[in-house]
Amino acid sequence: MSTWIPESASNLAASVDNITLFVTIVSVFFFVLISAVLVGFAIKYRRKSEDQETAYITHNSLIETIWTIIPAILLMVIFAWGWIAFKELRNPPAEAIEVNVVAKQWLWEFEYFTGKKSLNELFVQQNKPVRLIMRSDDVIHSFFVPQFRVKQDILPGGYQQLWFTPTKVGTFDLLCAEYCGSGHSQMLAKVNVLSPEAFARWEKGDELEEGAVVAASSISPVERGKDLYSQRGCLACHSIDGKEVIGPTFKNLYGKTEILQDGSSVLVDENYLRESIYEPEAKMVKGYPPTMPSFKGILSEDEVTALIEYIKTLK
Amino acid sequence: MSTTAQHAESHAHGHGLGETVTHNAAKFGMWLFLGTEILLFGGLFAAYALFRAKYPDLFYESHKKLDISLGTINTIVLIFSSFTMAMAVSAAQKRNRKWLMILLGVTFICAAAFGVNKYFEYSAKFHHDIFPDTNIFFALYFMMTGLHMLHVFLGMGIILALIIMAKQGRFKEGNRYTPVEVGGLYWHLVDLIWIYLFPLLYLIG
Amino acid sequence: MANGVMTQTQYIPYLAQKGLKSWILTTDHKRIGILYLVTISFFFMIGGLTALGMRYELMTPELDFFRSTTEYNVAFTLHGSLMVFFFIVPGIAASFGNFLLPLMIGARDVAFPRINLLSFWIYLAGTAILLFALMQPADTGWTFYTPYSIQTGAKVIMITLGVFVLGFSSILTGMNFIVTIHKLRAPGMTWSRLPLFIWASYATAILQLLATPVVGITLLLLIAERAFDIGFFDPAKGGDPILFQNFFWFYSHPAVYIMIIPAFGIISEIIPVFARKPIFGYKAIAYSSFAIAIISFFVWMHHMFVSGISETAAAIFSFLTMLVAIPTAIKVFNWIATLYKGSIEFHSSMLYALSFIVLFTIGGLTGVYLGALAIDVHLHDTYFIVAHMHYVMIGGTVMGFFGGLHFWYQKWFGKVFNELTAKAAWFLVFVGFNVTFFPQFFMGFQGMPRRYATYPAEYISYHAISTYGSWILGLGILIMTVNLLLPLMKKSNYPKSSNPYGSLSLEWQVPSPPPHENFDKIPTVTDWTYSYGKNRSEANAKK
Repeated sequence: MSTWIPESASNLAASVDNITLFVTIVSVFFFVLISAVLVGFAIKYRRKSEDQETAYITHNSLIETIWTIIPAILLMVIFAWGWIAFKELRNPPAEAIEVNVVAKQWLWEFEYFTGKKSLNELFVQQNKPVRLIMRSDDVIHSFFVPQFRVKQDILPGGYQQLWFTPTKVGTFDLLCAEYCGSGHSQMLAKVNVLSPEAFARWEKGDELEEGAVVAASSISPVERGKDLYSQRGCLACHSIDGKEVIGPTFKNLYGKTEILQDGSSVLVDENYLRESIYEPEAKMVKGYPPTMPSFKGILSEDEVTALIEYIKTLK
Repeated sequence: MSTTAQHAESHAHGHGLGETVTHNAAKFGMWLFLGTEILLFGGLFAAYALFRAKYPDLFYESHKKLDISLGTINTIVLIFSSFTMAMAVSAAQKRNRKWLMILLGVTFICAAAFGVNKYFEYSAKFHHDIFPDTNIFFALYFMMTGLHMLHVFLGMGIILALIIMAKQGRFKEGNRYTPVEVGGLYWHLVDLIWIYLFPLLYLIG
Repeated sequence: MANGVMTQTQYIPYLAQKGLKSWILTTDHKRIGILYLVTISFFFMIGGLTALGMRYELMTPELDFFRSTTEYNVAFTLHGSLMVFFFIVPGIAASFGNFLLPLMIGARDVAFPRINLLSFWIYLAGTAILLFALMQPADTGWTFYTPYSIQTGAKVIMITLGVFVLGFSSILTGMNFIVTIHKLRAPGMTWSRLPLFIWASYATAILQLLATPVVGITLLLLIAERAFDIGFFDPAKGGDPILFQNFFWFYSHPAVYIMIIPAFGIISEIIPVFARKPIFGYKAIAYSSFAIAIISFFVWMHHMFVSGISETAAAIFSFLTMLVAIPTAIKVFNWIATLYKGSIEFHSSMLYALSFIVLFTIGGLTGVYLGALAIDVHLHDTYFIVAHMHYVMIGGTVMGFFGGLHFWYQKWFGKVFNELTAKAAWFLVFVGFNVTFFPQFFMGFQGMPRRYATYPAEYISYHAISTYGSWILGLGILIMTVNLLLPLMKKSNYPKSSNPYGSLSLEWQVPSPPPHENFDKIPTVTDWTYSYGKNRSEANAKK
């Protein structure tokens, strides 16, 4: 947060930042000039006496021409520069690695060419161009990573693409930038940029290791469940403090008896929770919309266990 | 733009602006309003162009389900009503109250006939399970003809008001026939829009 | 300049008549102006309160003020729709426009006084529908983007219908003003002598006529989409969600200029009076309003640079957007040049006018960032947009609106307010506004997306400052409102003169408040509206 523009972590950031800097210099120059002249005139020509002499000046063609042409030239330079940098943003190199992205209310799914899948966490390799092929299942979303200076709306009924080459190892926020409903501000995900070695390990890794940048064994199931809760997007619909969001709150959920849509009731235990994660529509609690997607193939059995352990602690 | 003379006149009439100014202003205002009406339909025409370019086959196949003979009859009825409306304006200018009322009456009957015809056309569509959500073509068909129909109803209201005003003898003196002329302009627009809608919807191919 | 001095013998101010009927059935443009002023001010207050609620929520990253994210979403939808459609679009154009237009051109009323009243009634019908819609508010944002607006469970039809009905009011007012300006100018009030507020109203009216029908049909299609499932904007049915954005912005970008151009007009009236100088570059200011109005119809796709439009379309619209900046810059330079060698009095309205120039310059310059394609990709849909938009809409339009209120207050109501309090309120408004919105530029650079009920903790300091600023701004507006309302309730505070600032414009040549039909005798205009100091300069030349 120390600088006015976020850290640059992709190959595209530099050219965007250069033109931004240019526009900023031009803007600050004109703003200071305009304000200084305004304040200067206001002080110098303030009314000191009622019969103060004023000049009768209606126009001046020379100065008017000058202040039309100079901004016009600068604006054309900015336009051209912006366009050139934009072309770069829009045209991915042929060798880019493709990742399929599905945006839906309110989570992100990623599918890699190896067949691997991940949820709310995108894994990319440092210095390797990536091309995202994105579609939406419902309304318009927008893929935005500030550190990469990229953004692209994702529309239903077609594919949108976006590309970048991550240049720094680390974890970056992925934000949904187009308003998409009640879970919009929680439609967050992470982009994990891994070094070539780490990426190779991740690619070979089994389901257990997937998603965990930190080794899975080093933390308890409750802590792991807590991480999953935020990483996998549960938080978009289920609160942990008793607030009604989209789905039932997790607070005091475990051990409670819920009324289902057909009027029957069910005790919330481990089996019910697991079933509701893998087949959300099997036993729907009365009064909630059927919006939750199945997490089959996304959350492993171990991860579900960890999540349930975490839910149990929420009293 | 010299308005001096007109204002001298207006002052003599107190609040009244003088008939020439009122007449010109009313016509000018109506032209501006008609421009906005064309833009309102313009949005639909733009959507039509876009979707027809995207789905030419769908448009061709769907348009066959429209009843061309009913559409043709309605076109003739509406063009005839425009003619009687023009005659009515001319009668008003000649201050011929009897003919003014007859011609306005005929125009009104034509408009009503158009509506009845449209009612049969819509019922037949619903009977064959064709609704606005059937496909994009029918969505456009119902939106365009429906919005046009609303304008026809509004036009009928205006014509009715003109008949009543004529009966009361409001258009007898001077240039006071302005409402007839302005109402006539509106009615011609309703007719004009239909003349575009008819080939776009009924005569694809 | 004008020889239409009133004879005071039969003077009955237009406010003399009392009773509800004298208001709701009035065809007096000045009273209709007041009706608009009261209604839009009411919606401005409600819109402002929702904004304070949102800012309070955003003090912390978590949800704490609203009970759910949906409530927050409803709040910003209300804030946007109220402020845009019910306050700022009809705002200056309908209230000041109605009050000033006939007075300034030397007419007794607008061309169609009854249609004028009808416009107001239609506006009121629209607001009634909106108030009804508030019972089950929409959560779509004021832009009503499809397909979300089709799919959301919230009620969208009512609020859309309300906005649709408002459109007719806008169209009729625009039509009325154009005809009035063409047909009812006083003798000698040639086009090249017209006050710039009239030029601005004229450009605005043209925009209203050309753009409003398009948003009308767009909203009608959205209503049909929800009611009959027509599928125009639904990809599942072969429709195109981007079509909605194209239609919507084809109206809503020109609408931005419907909101700001009348403020340009007000500023161009205030500055020459308090600088005692002719407006610099009269023709450039008048024509640039038209240049802006025309170009504004061809820039709408700059709202859609990241929606997947083609590179060529993006380039064309970026280029045209840059073109709009040129006439805008010219205006700013002209206003400043007007101050040169003047005799400047810092009346509260002048303070608003001068701060307009500074704030609007920031709004304009940040618009250049957004017009440049590559930068827009990063800044689109972030708080940078929010800040930019508010610098134009509050820093520009609302400052113009407040300035106009203080400038014409005594003409309008025949009362004077406390000038010192007005200056203090101005100071709070100016400081509060900047504290609220300036940090949002930085937030936007950092990547904070707009329309977020909750947000990552890293943005907290910017948000906190912004919220504190909103309190200062709110306090400033509150003090200003009280200061302007108090004199109306007292039986004192009458103005000493009908033309205290020495304006040459026609509305200042009649008593305050003006009589029912404005002019006893239609004046004959013999000179330019802005020939301040001309006599003295001619006298000096003879010496």
